[in-house]
Amino acid sequence: MVPTVFFLLQQTATDTPARGPIMGYIPIALLFAISLAIPVGALTVGRFFRRTVMTQEKMMPYECGVDPVGDARDRISVRYYIIAMLFLIFDVETIFLFPWAVVFDQLALFGLIEALIFIAILVVGYYYAWRKGALDWA
Amino acid sequence: MLPLLVELPPLPTLRDTAFIMPEIILTLFAGAALVLDVALPRSKKHLTAYFSLIGLAFVAIALAQQVAMTASLLPISAFYGMLFIDGLSVVFRFVFIVAAAFSILYSIKYLEFEREQRGEYYALILFSTLGMMFVATSGDLIALFVSFELMSLSVYVLVGYFKRDKRSNEAAMKYFLTGIFSSALMLYGLSLVYGVTGHTNLGLISETIAGYVQGGTAESGDPRLLLMVALVLVAAGLLFKIAAVPFHMWAPDAYEGAPTTVTAFMSVGPKAGAYVLLARMLLFALAPMREMENLPGWAALLAVVAVLTMTVGNLAAVTQDNVKRLLAYSSIAHAGYILLGIVSGTDMGYQGVAFHIMTYTLMNTGVFAIIIALHRQGVIGENLNDLNGLFSRAPSAAVLMLIFILGLAGIPSTAGFVGKFFLFGSLIQSGKPWLTYIAIIAVLNAVVAFYYYARFARAMFLNAPSENIADASPLLLAPSVRITLTLSAIAVLFFGIYPQPLINVADIVAQSITTVYAQSSGIALR
Amino acid sequence: MTFQQLLFIGFAALVLGGGIAVVLLRNPLYGAFALITSFVGLSALYVMMGAQFIGAAQIVVYAGAIMMLFVFVIMLLNVRADEERPPRHRFLVWLAAPLALLLSAGLWLAVAGVQGDRAPSGEAGTVERVGKNLMTRYLLPFELTSVLILLAVVGALHLAKREKE
Repeated sequence: MVPTVFFLLQQTATDTPARGPIMGYIPIALLFAISLAIPVGALTVGRFFRRTVMTQEKMMPYECGVDPVGDARDRISVRYYIIAMLFLIFDVETIFLFPWAVVFDQLALFGLIEALIFIAILVVGYYYAWRKGALDWA
Repeated sequence: MLPLLVELPPLPTLRDTAFIMPEIILTLFAGAALVLDVALPRSKKHLTAYFSLIGLAFVAIALAQQVAMTASLLPISAFYGMLFIDGLSVVFRFVFIVAAAFSILYSIKYLEFEREQRGEYYALILFSTLGMMFVATSGDLIALFVSFELMSLSVYVLVGYFKRDKRSNEAAMKYFLTGIFSSALMLYGLSLVYGVTGHTNLGLISETIAGYVQGGTAESGDPRLLLMVALVLVAAGLLFKIAAVPFHMWAPDAYEGAPTTVTAFMSVGPKAGAYVLLARMLLFALAPMREMENLPGWAALLAVVAVLTMTVGNLAAVTQDNVKRLLAYSSIAHAGYILLGIVSGTDMGYQGVAFHIMTYTLMNTGVFAIIIALHRQGVIGENLNDLNGLFSRAPSAAVLMLIFILGLAGIPSTAGFVGKFFLFGSLIQSGKPWLTYIAIIAVLNAVVAFYYYARFARAMFLNAPSENIADASPLLLAPSVRITLTLSAIAVLFFGIYPQPLINVADIVAQSITTVYAQSSGIALR
Repeated sequence: MTFQQLLFIGFAALVLGGGIAVVLLRNPLYGAFALITSFVGLSALYVMMGAQFIGAAQIVVYAGAIMMLFVFVIMLLNVRADEERPPRHRFLVWLAAPLALLLSAGLWLAVAGVQGDRAPSGEAGTVERVGKNLMTRYLLPFELTSVLILLAVVGALHLAKREKE
């Protein structure tokens, strides 16, 4: 196990474009595997050592310690939807600024002006949403 | 394949920025209209409309600076070939500005009446116009798609602008879902074009495709098939927007359900934008695929669509009683006529396309302006019967309406006739027998169209006023609207009798289409 | 079979399996989660093709924000899993499979005509390269996109927000 990990990490260190972009992701795959293995392992091992006593109260869905009221599958307010939509829109904005941040040092002032224009246009949208009361809950 | 940039290229300069001056001004005004909307009290919201009109005037002034550039045969390219300015782009941007200005002017009273006076409405029209203007100036797939979406997205919202009106909601839903689906198809087609040619620049795409069509080299296979798939997908997306058969189903519902002022706008502005994009794609980027060896080119495909479009549009219009639905089918039929000009592939055909779109903008907004004026609380005024006896109630409005309707019908001595003459004539002039047959079908179609346009005239002049609309309240015609309508009507008649000035303008467009294609290699990246 | 091919088959199976599950699952919420699975597989495929930026955007925008919106809509409409669909146009279901096959065959034929490796070289899709292209050659569409996003804010708020009277 451990030698394999070291071998793979060594591969990553000598990653070149010719190898394709796959090898660089091996540490991430390892992280993913380990973070999956720990909780699954802990729960599996715990199964053999714990005592299982089921009671009505224990099997109840947890709602902040209060007895559950009604069905969980209830209709939710449209306000959540508006918030989610605004989040989506500004999320898209963020993803466009991500590449700018990476080449920021090379583009210098020019890039800064570009990004400021980009953001300035969106600030109009933000101001509009604010004044329309889209950010208020009531 | 054009390599993606590894090193930074020379950065755009103020020279590039100067070329998008009209668009920059429009963006500023559109954004300011939004801010104005939330800043103004409810009673003053209509000021946004006047503000938007002033903005459009500034845009027109800025655009006038570019008129001189159309004199050079090569389009001027800026922003790394992302943008180019030629006759087509300059002339059509003026058309868009006029369409937007008319729509705003006709909307002011209507929205007041419906108690929906809000600045967003005008901002949305300005944003849509911005999209159209960029469609007309972009020379690159990505810029074209983003601006096309900007244009469409605003209209989706505008169609559903009356939130409390069920019909408006239904129309917006139908239009949005089908529209977004067709945009996705088009985007898939554009991605295939990029995949095959390796370029997003229209000039370079055209050059690459020309190479494939002339001799599909053996070792690289035959990419023409994949290009055909791309062509069909792109054409489907665009034909949807201009409501050509078989992608026309949304049009009657959307036209009927949308607020009438929005119907007026979408039937001229965004539609003209889609024509421009169609022309850019078919007559420039995919121009080498007009006719191909062993494979059907787009000319044959488009000819079938054009014949179906005008026939279905005209036949369906005959049975309609709702004016907005009728005009929707009439606009479908007109889309068929305009496609003929692109099919013909002659200078005369391109002139016809430009001429007809310009005059159609005047005539169609004119007709809608009067329908908007008929609008009353409780009485919607959208039925053909509601026009009954209009001449005795409001003689001047009836006469104006008659001029626009005759123009749409293409009666000689109106501008509508000249447009149709160029479009149909170009088919015969092309000298191909199969196009001559299509010209005959087109003329027969125009005869059918006379019938339903004549119903307007009969209702207005011969029928007695209906009982239910006999209220004596005056039409909602503001003096500014009345003057604009009169000027439009005079223009329709003037260009019908002496079309030369407008033909010269249309010729600028036709010249730019033919020369740009001939010198596509000249429009490389700056 | 190389390691790369093995990976490709694994992720492609994830994409297709997720997609099929979306169509077949009756509970819309399960469908939404199947779609997330599909998106994750798709993102991995993008990365394998060297399009790291698109891969990241796929996760951040699609699997993250858009799917959240989907789930909100499902909860908003509160569609019951057992709700029967209207039985009309049954024949269309049977027509769909042959048509889909025909389309696939046509696309296969068309793609077969294009030979040679047309993919941009190894590093073309890195965030840095995308950044350089986006901020220079594609500057105009970049700025236009922000106008498009602004429009999306206005449109979404206008259509969804209840008016204060």
